[in-house]
Amino acid sequence: MFLDQLSNGLAIGSIYALTAVGFTMVYGIVRLINFAHGDVYMLGSFLALTAITVFHLPLIPAFLIGMIGAGFFGVILAYFAYKPLFEAPRINLFLSAIGASIFLENFSMLAWGPQTNSFPKLIENNVYRFAGFPVSTLQLVIFGTTVVLVIILSYIVNKTRMGRAMRCTAQDMDAARLMGVNTNRIVYMTFALGSGLGAAAGVLVGMYYQAVFPMMGFMPGLKAFIAAVLGGIGSIPGAMLGGLIMGISETFGAAYISSGYRDGFAFIILIIILLFKPSGLLGKSHQEKV
Amino acid sequence: MQNLLQIFFTLLAAGISLYILIRFGSYVFDLATYKIVNLTKGPRMVAVLGGLSILLALPFMIGNMPYLFRTVIIITLYIVLALSLNLVIGFAGQLSMGHSAFYGIGAYTTALLMVEAKWSFWLALLASAVVASLFGFLLGIPTLRLKGDYLAIATIGFGELVRLVLINWVSFTRGPAGIPGIPGPSLFGYTIHTNADYYYIILALMLLTVVISNRLLNSRLGRGLIAIRDDEIAAEAMGINPATVKIMAFVLGAAIAGVAGSFFASYIHYVNPDNFTYVESVVILCMVVLGGTGSIPGVIAGAIILAALPEFLRDISTYRYAIYGMLLILMMINRPQGMIGMELLKGKLKPKSIRLRLKKGGRSHANS
Repeated sequence: MFLDQLSNGLAIGSIYALTAVGFTMVYGIVRLINFAHGDVYMLGSFLALTAITVFHLPLIPAFLIGMIGAGFFGVILAYFAYKPLFEAPRINLFLSAIGASIFLENFSMLAWGPQTNSFPKLIENNVYRFAGFPVSTLQLVIFGTTVVLVIILSYIVNKTRMGRAMRCTAQDMDAARLMGVNTNRIVYMTFALGSGLGAAAGVLVGMYYQAVFPMMGFMPGLKAFIAAVLGGIGSIPGAMLGGLIMGISETFGAAYISSGYRDGFAFIILIIILLFKPSGLLGKSHQEKV
Repeated sequence: MQNLLQIFFTLLAAGISLYILIRFGSYVFDLATYKIVNLTKGPRMVAVLGGLSILLALPFMIGNMPYLFRTVIIITLYIVLALSLNLVIGFAGQLSMGHSAFYGIGAYTTALLMVEAKWSFWLALLASAVVASLFGFLLGIPTLRLKGDYLAIATIGFGELVRLVLINWVSFTRGPAGIPGIPGPSLFGYTIHTNADYYYIILALMLLTVVISNRLLNSRLGRGLIAIRDDEIAAEAMGINPATVKIMAFVLGAAIAGVAGSFFASYIHYVNPDNFTYVESVVILCMVVLGGTGSIPGVIAGAIILAALPEFLRDISTYRYAIYGMLLILMMINRPQGMIGMELLKGKLKPKSIRLRLKKGGRSHANS
């Protein structure tokens, strides 16, 4: 029982981690809580579902279509809803993000219907035991995808030219521009990468629960934000750690305390972390200057 | 595929017409605000008294159209809600996104007290205000340290927690089934059940809210709130205690929302958790933002427009929330101060759009 919950929590935690990484990257660059991130996650899931059911593609191309399509949507969103507001007060930007989130939820409700669509079963789900620790095939797929994507991401961020430009922009956008970095392109690339990762998480969730519905992004979006805050917003390893902690604590909370309040644990964690360590587990704290 | 194209073009058309409406509306509202603000005392009194008498006489004019009347009552209810959120967002500058939680707490308090404990409506109304403001206080404390978008997420969390409790605490709130059979209010042995009676109750509540907001704006507390909104650190340096002031804003906003919820419960005679979701908070937020955060006439106008809009958009009612989303984005890009901005109400500033037109007239004001 305990180990079952642990592997389940780890699987959900890796999904949160993937979503939170996208969140934290966008926050690092433009200091925006991309409220629509959860809805991009939902779009990725729907796009992959459409690729599988309508165009009869196998899983991996469908997965890639979901990621690329959602990345594309992320860029469109950044261009239309966020870019005109980068200079405006942050609160306006945030309200615009809320608008984008509502728009995307209702757009997919119009396009795919409000009902829950079932995700086809493409992988035979067996349960293996490693020294008593139960893991299902799907969970292995989730762990594997997460690890691969995170390795690719850290390669991009740490080793490539673009990654260096991204880190520069996150540190100081104006200075980066002076050094010849095309910051606009970096912002869009960040949105594309973050949305793509979010979409990957969305497709994985669709496979795991075999359910895809328009509101599926709302709660995970909020939880990913909480995971990013828990790990220290702006820090990629922090977001991973925060996601895992969130997933495990939520699963145990649902199993041992009450399943009805499953979504409530995240907010309790948020309030505790904001009260005691607002900079997060791996974040740097900074003083507000006048 | 054809379906998708149809959705796409409808949304595109809605987006373009929204854009034009915002542009055109900005001009019309600017001009009207400018004219009204600069009225002399006599005509202003006439306008206020005329407006009040129309509001009072409304039941006699539309009394035989129950559907329209019902819509008017709901619109007035939303005005109260939007004004209460305006106290928190507009005056104190705290982005609270869990306002429907207070609304729901008020509604459930009234429902439970009237159905289970057989209280009278008026006592339950007061109790709703007290209970909701208590929760406003409770929410205010941990969120004092949060700002802007962090606060927004924490308040969304609060709203979700309240909804989860309403759904899951079945023995107390009866869970997702809700509470039916809430009696109407009674006054001196006369049970209120007609639309006109309800209309007068909610009208009185609305006028009270307007008066409270207006008085607050010119009070010590209100000025403190606005100072906090404009610059918290500077306000603190000037000797305003941000903690007390912010909590007061939360408490007041919550109390008024609780009263609105109480009215809702006794008017609809039924409450369930689905009435008080996050979407409801967003709708109220849209009203405040559309009208102009902080400006009382603006928020009233925003509430009227957005609460009446669904009635006109019956044919494309499924697009309603998608249109709300676009509205938020377009407003933020084109007119973040809202239709009737707070600055314009002071009357000194001439709006840009009519400044150009008046230039030839030779009237010059100091403006920025």
